[in-house]
Amino acid sequence: MTLIDLANPTRFLALSARVLPWLAAATVILLTIGLYQSATAPDDYQQGATVKIMFIHVPNAWLSMFVWGVMSIASLGTLVWRHPLADVAAKAAAPIGAAFTFLALFTGSLWGRPMWGTYWEWDARLTSVLILFLMYLGLMALWRAVEDPSRAARAAAVLTLVGAINLPIIKFSVDWWNTLHQPASVMRMGGSTLDKSFLIPLLVMAVAFTLLFVTLHLAAMRNEILRRRVRSLQMMQASQKAA
Amino acid sequence: MSLGPYASFIVTSYAAAAIVVAILIGWVMLDYRNQTQRLRELDRSGVTRRSGRSAVDTP
Repeated sequence: MTLIDLANPTRFLALSARVLPWLAAATVILLTIGLYQSATAPDDYQQGATVKIMFIHVPNAWLSMFVWGVMSIASLGTLVWRHPLADVAAKAAAPIGAAFTFLALFTGSLWGRPMWGTYWEWDARLTSVLILFLMYLGLMALWRAVEDPSRAARAAAVLTLVGAINLPIIKFSVDWWNTLHQPASVMRMGGSTLDKSFLIPLLVMAVAFTLLFVTLHLAAMRNEILRRRVRSLQMMQASQKAA
Repeated sequence: MSLGPYASFIVTSYAAAAIVVAILIGWVMLDYRNQTQRLRELDRSGVTRRSGRSAVDTP
């Protein structure tokens, strides 16, 4: 099945119905393994048990950017290729991305208090992620403000692509500016600086949360297709009554 | 398992993640139920899709 085949919403619904139960099962299994590994991971010699917050914070922080990346590709699909499901994908991803970004900020704040002595600092990394969160909320508001889905899709696609400029700023903020936030310790030139006892649970949790996103995203896309079907049928019903 | 002096921070982090994920799952499931219910109502009122298929005909 190619991307073009998925342009047919009915085909997409059929595919998602087949795939969703398997994705959900895989997510539950991986999350269970990841949570067990996180609970049994040793304490860090400096941070103690607070290192366990990393297993929740880092996957959510990665996904906050990954989801915007997915939305950016979908926005290209809307503006360049006019793929019928591209704006459905972008719209469905926004609330999920906002939730992951909120969790990254919230858990980061809770991790920061014992480690840095403060819940919040207006430094480059924290502020750029807060901007990302506000951009998610702005996009969701835009989708709700414009009634015609195709008009909303084009405006949202432009805003998403402009907002993608924030992604490299978030990633490299710890290198470009002096920040309270630590520099990259997993995805960096020269390999990870994390010990395997922390790296393995972290990667399992990251894959589990990514699978969670894919599952929720497919389900939300299915719902959006159904919502549009309801809308077009209601419009058809209204025009039949008017005639 | 001892979580040390900052146990409340660790537990709150995991609890927040569990609550937010539960809200996301609940939102997706409720939304699906609402949309399929609205499609069934439209189907009962005799509205059909341009293809001629029933409103609730989802694979």
